[in-house]
Formats: sequence, structure tokens, C-alpha cells
Amino acid sequence: MRKMLTIISNVLRGSASRNKCDVHKLEEGPPLQAVLTREEGLQYYRTMQTIRRMELKADQLYKQKIIRGFCHLYDGQEACAVGIEAGINLSDHLITAYRAHGYTLTRGGTVREIMAELTGRRGGIAKGKGGSMHMYTKHFYGGNGIVGAQVPLGAGVALACKYLGKNELCVCLYGDGAANQGQIFETYNMASLWKLPCIFICENNKYGMGTSVERAAASTDYYKRGDFIPGLRVDGMDVLCVREATKLAAEHCRSGKGPILMELQTYRYHGHSMSDPGISYRTRDEIQEVRSKSDPISMLKDRMLSNNMASVEELKEIDVEVRKEIEDAAQFATTDPEPPLDDLCNHIFYNDPPMEVRGTNPWTKLKSIS
Amino acid sequence: MASLRCFLRSGKKAVTAVLRREFHGTPPAAVQVTVRDALNQAMDEELERDERVFLLGEEVAQYDGAYKVSRGLWKKYGDKRIIDTPITEMGFAGIAVGAAMAGLRPICEFMTFNFSMQAIDQVINSAAKTYYMSAGLQSVPIVFRGPNGASAGVAAQHSQCFAAWYGHCPGLKVVSPWSAEDARGLLKSAIRDDNPVVFLENELMYGVPFEMSEEVQSKDFLIPIGKAKIERQGTHITLVSHSRMVSLCLDAAAVLAKEGIECEVINMRTIRPLDAEAIETSIMKTNHLVTVEGGWPQFGIGAEILARIMEGPAFNYLDSPAVRVTGVDIPMPYAKILEDNSVPQIKDIIFSIKKTLNV
Repeated sequence: MRKMLTIISNVLRGSASRNKCDVHKLEEGPPLQAVLTREEGLQYYRTMQTIRRMELKADQLYKQKIIRGFCHLYDGQEACAVGIEAGINLSDHLITAYRAHGYTLTRGGTVREIMAELTGRRGGIAKGKGGSMHMYTKHFYGGNGIVGAQVPLGAGVALACKYLGKNELCVCLYGDGAANQGQIFETYNMASLWKLPCIFICENNKYGMGTSVERAAASTDYYKRGDFIPGLRVDGMDVLCVREATKLAAEHCRSGKGPILMELQTYRYHGHSMSDPGISYRTRDEIQEVRSKSDPISMLKDRMLSNNMASVEELKEIDVEVRKEIEDAAQFATTDPEPPLDDLCNHIFYNDPPMEVRGTNPWTKLKSIS
Repeated sequence: MASLRCFLRSGKKAVTAVLRREFHGTPPAAVQVTVRDALNQAMDEELERDERVFLLGEEVAQYDGAYKVSRGLWKKYGDKRIIDTPITEMGFAGIAVGAAMAGLRPICEFMTFNFSMQAIDQVINSAAKTYYMSAGLQSVPIVFRGPNGASAGVAAQHSQCFAAWYGHCPGLKVVSPWSAEDARGLLKSAIRDDNPVVFLENELMYGVPFEMSEEVQSKDFLIPIGKAKIERQGTHITLVSHSRMVSLCLDAAAVLAKEGIECEVINMRTIRPLDAEAIETSIMKTNHLVTVEGGWPQFGIGAEILARIMEGPAFNYLDSPAVRVTGVDIPMPYAKILEDNSVPQIKDIIFSIKKTLNV
């Protein structure tokens, strides 16, 4: 019985002002109501929980010094990655910046290969050579370390989509910090001129590293910053809001109208990276308030429970399965061997004959194959 | 005459027969082609050969190219494949790289490489490093091309040579053609290469004609990236150079030949990967080395060549220290007399050769 139950879910909730959709140069925003099926609900729940647990495990491993270097965690923002993916197809394209573990998963990566990449092992999604910020899968172009650089890249992917005529689009993500980058405005201009099928998405988590949006941007209406590009702003903590907005944006692109800009208002529980405790520029109270009132996973859970779409036990069971998956992945990630030294100089060039690479001294000639 | 009589007698059928006969009878012909036209033809042929190839940059389409290198291409291929961009290098270079990641084969033109500095992050961090960072998952088949180095009277901000800057970076191939043949064969190879290639042209060479044999004119004529060419055989000293400076080396060699000094002139053709072997082989024959470049001396092309020679088998064959002839270590001045004295002249090369040979 429950399996056949389909629930109309009210996307706009009562009084909370953040749950409305603001539009810029758009006729109308996404629909006020959306259909959430049980299957969808369970899938979103599972994926968001997987991301959450994976990121928390990464936090643990980092503190144990098993993960090193940069590690930018996504917990709190799960609804963005999951909602966006629900609004597009795997055959579409996506690119983001360095807070990319969640997207690597939604774009087809496995927890195992993501964690093994964080721990720098040969079983990592980039064989241990990329690390946290440089993970790739099919139609997912990373994982990019230079703030803002991914935006022109994403428009380029969109150009290829249009050029090759396969009705695909590119979702191009950036944060509130990156939103002030000049190259993004250059990209808005060209994407608009050439009507590229590009959904620009600003994940506004209120802080660019330690700088709040009020201190960084003369205009914090990021959805309007595209000027001549239509924009919309939705609650990024609500996976259905994100999904419906993405669907609207995708429809806009696929109909040949050119780019569109979405701002997702979201929040990260962790600091900017593992080197940032995240409490010098914001209060613990603020973090706690978001956790208790706007946690994306809790919100979905409550919605499903109150609409009788799933039972508490069922969801608990998913939690258990997810925990197990993460544990297994962590086990793999900590026991898989590091990449072989033979691999050091490989992957310099594609489709090239093997070549020699100079080592640290003139007598050391290392081998490089494609 | 015979063909004309044939035509008059039997009309259309005869004409086709005559044309066919004429084809058989034509001997292979070398032609004079400027570097500009060679680049143009190479791009034209590659655009025709592979639908994924396209050109973008400032003024490349409707203006026919700032230096007319892309003349006629927009008319032939249209807006989809020849794209005029706004003056936003960082943006359009990034767009080009993204397009390459998603399966196209862009040629990204910088009006001059001086402007590539605005976009250099996209060239290095997005293009050059990606195949490595992704451990082979994501390749970037892109060509960045445009004029590089000193021109005439364009002053400091428009005259820098970037061969050393780009040549420094793993993941990039860096190519520097001299002749029309180089331009044609190397550009075709660059476009067909599945990796990011920085293609350094030279504005002063665009209008220079070179003889191009029938073989070089063929549509599949390619010059392998990474192989230098010996433009002139010699026995007394090895001159290594790239781009326009090759002309000066050959001129210097011609002058010195009259004095009985035979220079071997090597045209590098590729900056990265550097064909050290060709240089070493030559030094083992001549025992002397002078490098000649237009760029600045510090940490430049010559510096790398000399370091490699020191570290390699050819060092023991040197009868005197290897020496670099370079641009003067200053921002490029404007006044003609100053500019002329900021870049190597033939007399500077001859002077350095004679010092090295101790004559």
C-alpha cells in the first residue's frame, strides 16, 4: 500500500520567509507544489545521508592525519547536490569548485573511490594523484582548485553541448566567495551572447572562507548578479525546492533560451576547510540553529514521516546501511596501498608514445606513459 | 596548342579528355607561401577534416583575424565554427578549455601572447595539469595560438616572449615554428594532438614567403612535435634557435661561410619537449654551442639548453663554454634605435660565434 502512495508535497511552507522563491527577469518561479514519490524520497534520503556520513568520516580521518592537505567538507549542503541531480540527467554535465565530494558521488562516483582518493591510495577515483579537489567522473569535470576558474570551463562545456546538438546542458556551480570573480562576469556575457545551455548555480553558504557575504559583496543578491541573465533564488536546504528550481532552469536551457542563474541559500556545518574551525567568524549558536531548524536531511525525514511515506524503522535501516557502506569504504581507503612510484610520471600526455621525464637529478630518468 | 585544336574539333567530350590529359602531364610544383598563408591553409584543412575543430578569439571571424591569419575562414565555415569573442581572455580561454574537455577540439587564439597572461591560469591550471590530476580520465585537446615575442614599435607591454614561461610547465607542449613549412606542419600536428599545445607564432614572420614543396602542401603533411630540424649543416659550431631568430642565424652563417667558418644551424621547432638529442649530436660534431633567442636571458630557453648540455653526454665534447645570445634584459623600448638594440642582431650572433671559437 505504502509503496503505491504518491504524495503531493507542499513546497512552499507557511511563514518561513526563506522558503519562497525570488525571481529576477523571469516570468515565474518553480511551481509551488511538487510531487514526491516514496521511491524518490527514499533515494534522496539515502544519498543525502551517504554524503553526510561520508563527510563526517572524512573529518575523522583528517583529524587522524590519514587525510592530508586540503579537505573542504560538504555537510549541511547535501540538498543542493542531491536536488540538482534530481533535476537533470546523468547525460547532462556538471562542474563545481573544490567542495566537491558530494557532487562526485551524485555524478556516479562511489564512496570507496572517493575516500580512497582522499587518503591518496591507488584505488582512488584519480588513482591518488588528484586528491580532494580533483575528482572526475563521466560528465563531471571536477573538482577545481582555483576559485572561479570552473565557471568559464562550465560555459565551455555548455558550448560543446550546443555545438554537438545532443540537447544536453551544463550545470556550473560556484560559491558566494567566487561570485565576485571577474571571469564569472566575462562568462555571463559570453554565455548570454551565444545562448549557451548553462545553468549557473551560486551555492550561497553565507561565508567565503572567513568572510561573510556582507563583507565581500556590494550586492548579496547573487541571483541578480547575472544582470541580463534571468535568475532565481531558492532555499538550498530543501531538496524539493532545489529539484524544482533545477527542473525549471533545465527547461529554460533546453528550450534554447540561453543561460539561467540559480542561487541556493544553504549552509555548511564545517569551516571552510579542515584547517578552519569555523567559529571565529560565526557563532556556535548560529550553526546550532541551522542544524535544529533547517537540516536538509531532518527536513526530508520529517516530511516523509508526517506524510506516511516511510516508517521510522525504514529510515533507521537506511541509516544502518549507509553507515556500513561508509565503514567499508573507510576500511578500504585506509588499507589500500599508496600509488606505485612507477605511476609518478604517467598521465602527462594523452595518446602519446612513452617518454622520459627528468627526475630530481640529471641521472634520474623516469618513465612516463599515457 | 594541340589541346586547343582537340577542343574545337570535338566539343565537351574532348574538353574533359584534355583536362584529364593535362592532369597527368603536370609535374609537381613547389610554390612560394607566406607563413600567414601556411597557417591559414593548415587551419582551413583541419577545420574541414574534423568537425569538432573550431576557432575562437578576438576578431578571428568577421575581421578575418587581427593579423589576417584566419582570413576567409568565417566566410567558409560560419558562426558556429569561427567565433568572435569579446575582449575577455580569461573568460574565453576558460570556455575554450571547457569545450575541449567536453569533446571539441578548439583553437584558441590570443591576439598576442602578451594577453595570454590574463588567461594564464586557464592555460596552466585548467588545461595543462588536468590530465595528470585526473590520472588520465580527462584529456584536453586544445591549441592556444597567436603571435609571440617582439614585433616592431609596439613597446614593452606588447613585446614579451613567453616561450620560457610556457616551456616551464609539464602537461603542455610548446611549439615555435619558423618557416611556412614549420607553420603548416606543426599547426596541423598541434590541432591533431590530444593534448594542450601552446603554438607561438611571430608577427614579423607572417609576411615572409618560403618555398613549399609539393609534399609539404599535401593535406596530411605533419611535422612531429618534439623534433628539431637542421636547417644548415656545418662543422665548426652549433647554433640553436627558434622562430624568427633562425633567420638571423642563417644570415650570420652565410656571412661567416665567406670567412671559412661553417655553422650548423638547428631550428628547434619545439620548445617543449625539447629535442636535446639533436643538439647533443650536433655538438659532438662541432664542439661549440651558441644559442640564440629573442626572449630575456634569465631563466630562458638558452639557459635550459645550456643546463641540459652541461648535464648530458655532449659536455665533454665542448671545446669552450656554451654561450647564449638573447634579448637585452630590459622591458622593450619604443624608439627604433633602442628597439633595434634590444634584440639580437646578426652582428651580435657573429660576435658571439667568434668569441666562442676564439677567432
